[in-house]
Amino acid sequence: MANNVISTPAKRSSMPLLNTNQKATLLFLLLLSLFLIFWEIGARSGLFLPIMPSASQTIKDFWTWIADPFFDYGPNDKGIGLLLLTSLRRVAIGFLIGSAIAIPLGIITGLSPVISKAIDPFIQILRPVSPLAWLPLGLALMRDSEKTALFVIAITSIWPTLINTRFGVSNVDPAYLNVARTLGASRWRTITKVILPAAAPSIVSGLRISLGIAWLVIVAAEILLSGGIGYFVWNEWNNLKVTSIITAILVIGLVGLLLDRLFGLLQTWVSFGQRS
Amino acid sequence: MRTNTRPESTPSSMDTTAGSVSISNVTKVYFGRQTLADKLLKRTSPDFEALSAINLEIEHNTFVSIIGPSGCGKSTLLNIVAGLSKPTTGEVLVDGQRVTGPGPDRGVVFQSYALMPWMTVAENIQFAIETVYPTMPVAQQKEIMQEYINLVGLSGAERKHPHELSGGMKQRVGIARALAINPQILLMDEPFGALDALTRGFLQDEIERIWEQERKTVILITHSIEEALLLSDKIVMMTRGPAARIAKVLDVPFPRPRKREELDQYPQYHELKAEMERHLTAEARVVEEARVRASV
Repeated sequence: MANNVISTPAKRSSMPLLNTNQKATLLFLLLLSLFLIFWEIGARSGLFLPIMPSASQTIKDFWTWIADPFFDYGPNDKGIGLLLLTSLRRVAIGFLIGSAIAIPLGIITGLSPVISKAIDPFIQILRPVSPLAWLPLGLALMRDSEKTALFVIAITSIWPTLINTRFGVSNVDPAYLNVARTLGASRWRTITKVILPAAAPSIVSGLRISLGIAWLVIVAAEILLSGGIGYFVWNEWNNLKVTSIITAILVIGLVGLLLDRLFGLLQTWVSFGQRS
Repeated sequence: MRTNTRPESTPSSMDTTAGSVSISNVTKVYFGRQTLADKLLKRTSPDFEALSAINLEIEHNTFVSIIGPSGCGKSTLLNIVAGLSKPTTGEVLVDGQRVTGPGPDRGVVFQSYALMPWMTVAENIQFAIETVYPTMPVAQQKEIMQEYINLVGLSGAERKHPHELSGGMKQRVGIARALAINPQILLMDEPFGALDALTRGFLQDEIERIWEQERKTVILITHSIEEALLLSDKIVMMTRGPAARIAKVLDVPFPRPRKREELDQYPQYHELKAEMERHLTAEARVVEEARVRASV
């Protein structure tokens, strides 16, 4: 007879049919259908302004855009894939330039409290400025819309990366630094082998925020400049094609989500179980 | 930094007379902060004297435990020997040379393990070896790394990252890392403080076994009377802080190798234990009463 049974478990309550994720997915689908049905009925019954297309029309046009993303019939008539590539290229180059400035500057300011405090006023004053305010200055200095777009994105990408890098570098766990000191590690070895890997999660989280903001800003910048997905949105408004605008909004959102996920993966990869 | 040339063959063939520590008149005062604003407002924050005139001679290859009530400055003293903290007055000599900063002649085991989370077990240990012996061929570095991983019983866990290890395994990596650079002196700051009782006991036995294999001068900070009695040749009892002093140094005469379950057969074990308990409970009582008074 088994005497080591402490208590008989109560009869297993019936297992829930669905786990949390499955329930959430079902609720999401329900909300989406309710929204689309409301939209469809509202548009058909004249509840909205006549310019508002119906849900079914929008989905149909959405598929037309998605089905053929790379056509090119002149500057004002390009496939949505080509437009996205233009915007993504600008964001990529501008983001790389911005990060190439922000990361080294963040490391230097993180290591030296004096330089950090000396540079802080510049950061504090320039950081809250909307990146679009730089656009006229860019146009004046570069006289070229392409370069101005890169300039604006680069400026945008600097601040979160700079601030996070500085934070990460200056807040390395003192225990790691003590280990390096007791081993007699050189300053350079301490920076490259201890401080930078320890700050990597903060740096990547700064890059992730920067890229997110850069993607927000490129759309606005392109409305004022030309080319890319931002210009497409404005152009389709001038053509009064609301379905295209909604298509662009969805596509911009999906690409932004993808970029964010990509950096989320990178963040997990450099974190090694540390909180980040 | 002192020279630390690694012998060609095995670590046990090291110079057997190196590793004496002499602590003379060491005082540590944390000065109250006084900025310009404080001066203008005649605001003063009091200085805090953590250690008061500590004198201690430690011969080479002696295992010394420092035990005392919490907040008595044990860790401060260890940090001063490690060179991580500077004494306000007095000096620490290691083999007759004054300690001016940290160095690889003194290996440190930290209570918080302090393993680099982005490095595997092997990389953590190899980082230490490579830092201390930059000119050593990589093959030899790897050989030493493997030797110490085997010594602490972590074979098979070489490629794991610290977050995949239990607390006990992490501290074994910490011990292997401190030993792998072949220091004459091993400093351990409550190395098992964060571990559960069973793991703690197991690692104490491991330390006893390792120390039999690789004699070194060891300074161990601990809260545990049993731990001190099992491992030490000498036990330094400290008074409560502030201005902590050395109350008494006890000799632990039990023959080695020691076995935890055999220790209480020695009549002296009970005398020593009782003496330590008397001292520590008396000190702890005063500390607690002071805290109660301060909080009401």
